[in-house]
Amino acid sequence: MGRSLLGIEDLDRVEIERILERAVAFQPHGGPGFAKVNTCTGMMVVNAFFENSTRTRSSFEIAAHRLGADTLSITAAGSSVAKGESLVDTINTLSAMRPSVIVMRHQASGAPHFLARHLSTPIVNAGDGTHEHPTQALLDARTILDRCGRLEGLRVVIIGDILHSRVARSNIFLLTKFGASVVLCGPPTLLPREMAAIAPGIELEYDMRRAVRDAHVIMMLRVQLERIHEPPMQAGEYFRFYGLRQEHVDLAHPDVIVMHPGPMNRGREISSEVADSQRSMILNQVENGVPVRMAVLERVLLW
Amino acid sequence: MVKKLLIRNGRVICPASGHDGIAHVLIEDGRIAAVGPELSAPGAETLDAAGLVVAPGFIDIHVHLREPGFTHAETIATGSRAAAAGGFTTVCCMPNTNPVNDSATVTTYIVEKARREAVVNVFPIGAITKGSEGEELAAIGSMVAAGAVAISDDGRPVMNARVMRRAMETARVLDIPVIQHCEDLHLSAGGDMHECVDSVRLGLRGIPAAAEDVMVARDILLAELTGARYHVAHISTKNAVAMVGFARKRGLPVTCEATPHHIALDTRLMRPYDSNYKMKPPLRSPEHVQAVIEGIVSGAVDCLATDHAPHAGDDKMQEFERCPFGIIGLETALGVALEVLVHTGRISLNRLVALFTSEPARVIGWKGEQARGALKPGYAGDVTIFHPEYPWTYDVKNSLSKSANTPFNGRTFHGGPIVTIVGGEIVWKAPGF
Repeated sequence: MGRSLLGIEDLDRVEIERILERAVAFQPHGGPGFAKVNTCTGMMVVNAFFENSTRTRSSFEIAAHRLGADTLSITAAGSSVAKGESLVDTINTLSAMRPSVIVMRHQASGAPHFLARHLSTPIVNAGDGTHEHPTQALLDARTILDRCGRLEGLRVVIIGDILHSRVARSNIFLLTKFGASVVLCGPPTLLPREMAAIAPGIELEYDMRRAVRDAHVIMMLRVQLERIHEPPMQAGEYFRFYGLRQEHVDLAHPDVIVMHPGPMNRGREISSEVADSQRSMILNQVENGVPVRMAVLERVLLW
Repeated sequence: MVKKLLIRNGRVICPASGHDGIAHVLIEDGRIAAVGPELSAPGAETLDAAGLVVAPGFIDIHVHLREPGFTHAETIATGSRAAAAGGFTTVCCMPNTNPVNDSATVTTYIVEKARREAVVNVFPIGAITKGSEGEELAAIGSMVAAGAVAISDDGRPVMNARVMRRAMETARVLDIPVIQHCEDLHLSAGGDMHECVDSVRLGLRGIPAAAEDVMVARDILLAELTGARYHVAHISTKNAVAMVGFARKRGLPVTCEATPHHIALDTRLMRPYDSNYKMKPPLRSPEHVQAVIEGIVSGAVDCLATDHAPHAGDDKMQEFERCPFGIIGLETALGVALEVLVHTGRISLNRLVALFTSEPARVIGWKGEQARGALKPGYAGDVTIFHPEYPWTYDVKNSLSKSANTPFNGRTFHGGPIVTIVGGEIVWKAPGF
């Protein structure tokens, strides 16, 4: 009987620290690959992805395999969902096959929370609509810790489409729990003023040059065209005012790191010059996805 | 032989006639015959109401009975039974059926069906526009002739101000109120809950309070232009309450209703992603809830109405953003209103009765044969008997509605309906009474 992991907001510091510390044990540490530990042999991880995903799904699959668990992945296209079955029926059907955990991504905010109320199988939220993406925030925290050694007291700037970003929300909840100061920056139509009140220690800044000043971490977000029903501003304007370029990195703290949850749009929200620079942690983030998700699956299945 | 029912020794509260005291109520031949401390009625059936409140039959001017067209969620028969169990003797049903009630044919169908199958009085509300599409006026005069008592495109607000103006001009001459579900659809588009820090936190699209406010403002100006009686359905925002108060100070015939759920629940009390908390207007933030309650206390809000909106279980068992809007409310209305308004000392029991009886009757304006909402001789023999304090727990499994979408399941209330009498007939009794 495991425990679901639906969002960062519900986790406390101790639990987050435990996951992040456990992830260290799975990191390659200069070796050829991730540890193979087989702590979850015989268990079954179902990845139910109702929304497209490449990196998150493969990362969860690798994580499960490294733990010795079996996996089954289904996607919305080609599944019974495409034939008109309701989400409840689909998940109940999967649940009847007795998996140990269902890892789920869905385009509706709260879909895993709604299902968790009606299901005994634990659920790991792999991204729900515009709400949370908890494993992304955990791997981002692991990446920051690897590089900066701490979260407390850091100035972290999150830039872009905050309104529609589940990555932003999970990161905001996590970073503020650890005493980082979080600066949110984006066009006013994508950064509602209410955002300042969803956690303590948040600052809103609509001017990117002011936002990045002295930043230890710059997190860029993808412009989520598929979730935006009206264009916030013209594409050219977007890059001009909210696209990350070297001139912004120069304004930040000398040791600043640049992050992006991917998939990134070069030339829309980030210049190639920055994305490919020494400051960029983008591939480190992807790499950390596996050990962090191993720790998350262990937490759900074993702890 | 004339059928007589004598209700004895209850605390008779009739705000319209200023009566509040222990008395008997005699109903003869379906109509109120007399109210007084010393009544004798040989051969009358008697009902002992000692320790109970005897009030005019409660009136709910905003319900959805879902018939014709959506009878998997509710029917006139089941909805009327849920109404009776909530102490309501009269309901007005909104026209968003299938087909839409935009013609005398549909109005007549509902009236006839209700006459045969309903246990309470059912008065249809006709559509403002054909198909409630907001473009061409419906057959308003014919619907009124067939029994419609008001017009509304509830759920699909009339966005076109010119169309709304023409509807008001028509309604003024027919002496019926125009009821608007106030929501600027451009501002609310795609929204699932009140726009506030919680909508942003939960990643749900917001419906700003301004979506309601701008339409209330527009419509009040149109009411002034046309002289029509204008009624705001389920008012839910601070500014809307203020504007209705302002309109009335200027002498305009503008009224409004509040629902029990909009005064009992706010965004902080929502269970996240539970569609039993999803309705339009959405549950608002505490400042708005407070303003609506203050509006009830000050009189800016005229009456209570449930917006009883049944949806079948599988429609509500979905991702939050896919679920339809609305909750059932007939059976919990009195319990909720007592809890929020009376037990807190905000209003008197007398005023509460008015909010359910004389006030909604005034909003609709029933006259002559149809006069209701008071225990006056000649009025409809509709009586609601309730206990103002006894504890009971709402179990939606026992609901007489066909649907179970309520946030109040399992909630314990203090005070609720005991006997419901329609036209001198007992149509519902609390279990165990």
